[in-house]
Amino acid sequence: MTMSDLNLTKLIFGRLSLEAIPYHEPILVATFAMVAIGGLAFLAVMFKFRLWTPLWRDWITSIDHKKIGIMYMILGLIMLLRGFADALMMRAQQAMAFGDSAGFLPPHHYDQVFTAHGTIMIFFVAMPFVTGLMNYVVPLQIGARDVSFPFLNNLSFWMTTFGAMLTMASLFIGEFAKTGWLAFPPLSGIAASPDVGVDYYIWSLQVAGVGTTLSGVNLIATIVKMRAPGMDLMKMPVFTWTALCTNALIVATFPILTVTLAMLSLDRMVGTNFFTNDLGGNPMLYVNLIWIWGHPEVYILVLPVFGVFSEIVSTFSAKKLFGYTSMVYATVVITVLSYLVWLHHFFTMGSGASVNSFFGITTMIISIPTGAKIFNWLFTMYKGRIRFDVPMLWTVGFMLTFVIGGMTGVMLAVPPADFVLHNSLFLIAHFHNVIIGGVVFGVFAGLNYWFPKAFGFKLDEFWGKVSFWCWLVGFWVAFTPLYIMGFMGITRRMNHFDDPSLQKYFIIAAIGALIVAAGIGATLFQFYISWKNRETLRDVTGDPWGGRTLEWATSSPPPDYNFAFSPVVHESDSWADMKANNYKRPTSGFVAIHMPKNTAAGFIISALAAALGFAMVWQMWLPAALAFIAMMAAIIAHTFNYKRDFYIPAEEVVRTEEAHTRLLERHV
Amino acid sequence: MSAPHNHAGHDDHHGDHGHGHDDEGGHGSLKDYAIGFVLSVILTAIPFWLVMAKVFDKSSTTAAVILAFAAVQVVVHMVYFLHMNGKAEGGWSLLATMFTLVLLIIVLAGSIWVMYHMNVNMMPAMGTDVHNMQDMR
Amino acid sequence: MSETIANGAVSADPSARYYVRDHHPENGTLLGFWLYLMSDCLLFAGLFAAYAVLGRNYAGGPSGAELFELPTILLNTAFLLLSSITYGFAMIASQRKNVKATLIWLGITGLFGLAFLTLEIQEFMHLIHEGAGPQRSAFLTSFFALVGTHGLHVTFGTIWLVTLMFQVGKHGLTGENKRRLMCLSMFWHFLDVIWIGVFTFVYLMGVLP
Repeated sequence: MTMSDLNLTKLIFGRLSLEAIPYHEPILVATFAMVAIGGLAFLAVMFKFRLWTPLWRDWITSIDHKKIGIMYMILGLIMLLRGFADALMMRAQQAMAFGDSAGFLPPHHYDQVFTAHGTIMIFFVAMPFVTGLMNYVVPLQIGARDVSFPFLNNLSFWMTTFGAMLTMASLFIGEFAKTGWLAFPPLSGIAASPDVGVDYYIWSLQVAGVGTTLSGVNLIATIVKMRAPGMDLMKMPVFTWTALCTNALIVATFPILTVTLAMLSLDRMVGTNFFTNDLGGNPMLYVNLIWIWGHPEVYILVLPVFGVFSEIVSTFSAKKLFGYTSMVYATVVITVLSYLVWLHHFFTMGSGASVNSFFGITTMIISIPTGAKIFNWLFTMYKGRIRFDVPMLWTVGFMLTFVIGGMTGVMLAVPPADFVLHNSLFLIAHFHNVIIGGVVFGVFAGLNYWFPKAFGFKLDEFWGKVSFWCWLVGFWVAFTPLYIMGFMGITRRMNHFDDPSLQKYFIIAAIGALIVAAGIGATLFQFYISWKNRETLRDVTGDPWGGRTLEWATSSPPPDYNFAFSPVVHESDSWADMKANNYKRPTSGFVAIHMPKNTAAGFIISALAAALGFAMVWQMWLPAALAFIAMMAAIIAHTFNYKRDFYIPAEEVVRTEEAHTRLLERHV
Repeated sequence: MSAPHNHAGHDDHHGDHGHGHDDEGGHGSLKDYAIGFVLSVILTAIPFWLVMAKVFDKSSTTAAVILAFAAVQVVVHMVYFLHMNGKAEGGWSLLATMFTLVLLIIVLAGSIWVMYHMNVNMMPAMGTDVHNMQDMR
Repeated sequence: MSETIANGAVSADPSARYYVRDHHPENGTLLGFWLYLMSDCLLFAGLFAAYAVLGRNYAGGPSGAELFELPTILLNTAFLLLSSITYGFAMIASQRKNVKATLIWLGITGLFGLAFLTLEIQEFMHLIHEGAGPQRSAFLTSFFALVGTHGLHVTFGTIWLVTLMFQVGKHGLTGENKRRLMCLSMFWHFLDVIWIGVFTFVYLMGVLP
């Protein structure tokens, strides 16, 4: 009788106990207090203004690509704050921990901080940001009403968000991985990491990964199938081209991550021998497989922003993009080549000269198409009428910063040089150089560029410029010392150094991080002040920048259905072509529009997936089994729903379009 | 010419939202399935016989031959069961398949090549257990 | 800048060439599902790669030559191949709008699928019972992972098949159901393609010295 009681408790609670809650870690307790206060404030606002119903009806269950795109951006921004807090903690620790001073983060804590920092920044900041931009913009740019699979879009978003929530849960229940963001075995194996950290890592990424892969399928099908009549492939906007290639990369590469993490998970949970040190396992196989995913992943992050820059450079130079065809070819070449360079992440693991030479050469070759793009942007700007609005500032900042980062990459591509620089601070500086200079700058450029489209008013220009300069200066102040120390041979991921002569470099780096923090603060303030002054900043025409592509043909924000009539395309830069030919939007003859219905299924399935993930982390087998069954039941139940769409009545379309006509007449 | 037309070959008429048309996904005929079945039986039976009856002396020969048979049978399945052709989905199905095939080869060949070198250089204690299953190309 | 459209009429609305009232975008379900299958293909590529690297690491334990029973595998291969044909017959019946025949052939397909799974589970349990479970060596780990993942896919496919039988029984051969049948068809045949790789690369090559 007692034995079966014990077994039942174990089946339900697994290894979860009250000890999992870190009462004795002051930083975590303080964080929890802040989160709790913030959470209560949020709940208070929601209840006071009765926002629950609109939140559920208009956002959580929405299948509208525009709403989902906005939610991805919000997720990215919130997780940026968490990931950047980790960065500040690391900079602070490394600025103070020399000789006898141990700093405030002991290794077991510091290791979680850098692991969480990398995991969050890549998976829950950069990926949501680029996915959000693609989700919002691509259907509008191709003249479509939504993506091919709107319900799947909703599911993808919630899977990503719940994956992020699982990682956040590790802050307050249990702990996170201490292995670095790629969790190499044998350190991430069950023997060296018996705690829940690596399991949180695995399950967060598996849940989010499903969302990302499905989103990839969705956007490819959308671009292939839902382009407006007349929009041949070579008339698509460049951002749509980069989105197509990015999503091809996603579909083709995320399965490798899924399967490799699954293998690690089996090693940990069931005692298999993929990556163990004995019984025939091979930890090097993990490194090989995870980087076969990992290198295309960084191109998944950067290709969309290359597209963003193409749009911005041509718009703000008032000129057609130079070399459209070569841009497309460069993008496709990068896509294919990104699969042939992965070993440059582990030149030092011992594959030998022949293998290293091959991958060193391919790595250098892949820099060429990117160089071609830079030249195309410069040639677009040449003899253009350049306006340095905030998006263009970010673009120019990118060109300078990213190119230098790319050059340090070419340095690292030389295997003998990499043997000195691998896993030094030089490497850290290089990849932050390209990710911040490329992805982050590109996201902020895109954010400032498309914000008026999404919300109907521009972002405040002054605070946008403050943010830009803080990021640009802050980045260089933060990472130049790291380049220098890297050359001196200083290793990454250290929470303490014996050599006090390094302290000045780390202090400078910390100051740089604080400048970036000011930049983030400026962005947050920019949102607030723009919302406050939204009437002054109002975008009435739908085309505040003199854009060239179809998203600017709609109102700001666009109606639910995007286009009352499908556009017909004759030239690339179709909106520019329409404007040049004195296009006047139709004001009558509107018909009812077929639209998909909102659904709770995506949210519910994702919540159950996260519950399953949490239960698996803590080995709560009974809840895990129940969550799995419930999730399967929810999925199957959803497939029995055949009534997934409705019609927007013609009268409502008429009303919406007429309102927009009146707005245009009043102000233009 | 002023009337805009669907850019893709398939017409998608009104009515059933997204009503598929005949060449959407490909329709099989009884003949296709019968031919595919017979070919598959042959292409399965021979490799099993080659291995079970130990027809060749060298393992590497057997391996090469049965892999070749497998490749052919995959194509048979693609053509006769999955109706793969250059026209399905405006050519995008074939493009996606080719792309996947290239990546599959890169992942497999790349991993085998890389791990072989890693094992030779970094795992000498493993001895003969470390040999991979296929000859290097 | 007056615009004339090609049929000769002077257009009152030069903008008319830039929009169309009636446009139904093509349905992307079949392409989308095919793309998902391509991603699944690469998932299996990772498992095949692991098997290629680890497949001879016996760790002093049993090898494929000692463990694999090729006649059983041949039987299983036959079950899967036959299930592909019977699914094909189901598709032909659905094209002829014959709900009853479609359901019968689907049912037979499901039975073949279950036969395949039964034999496979028996094989796994036998191996585990003999001490040749997935924890014994890297060879057995990668074997169970690859073959097991294929088996899991067949399991999910069978659940989907049963669900679809209910849905066809309930709603008939509507456009939506026909699309679902096509997707399951692609999935089912795809699993047979993967099995070709499995029986060749794992079983047949696994018994070779």
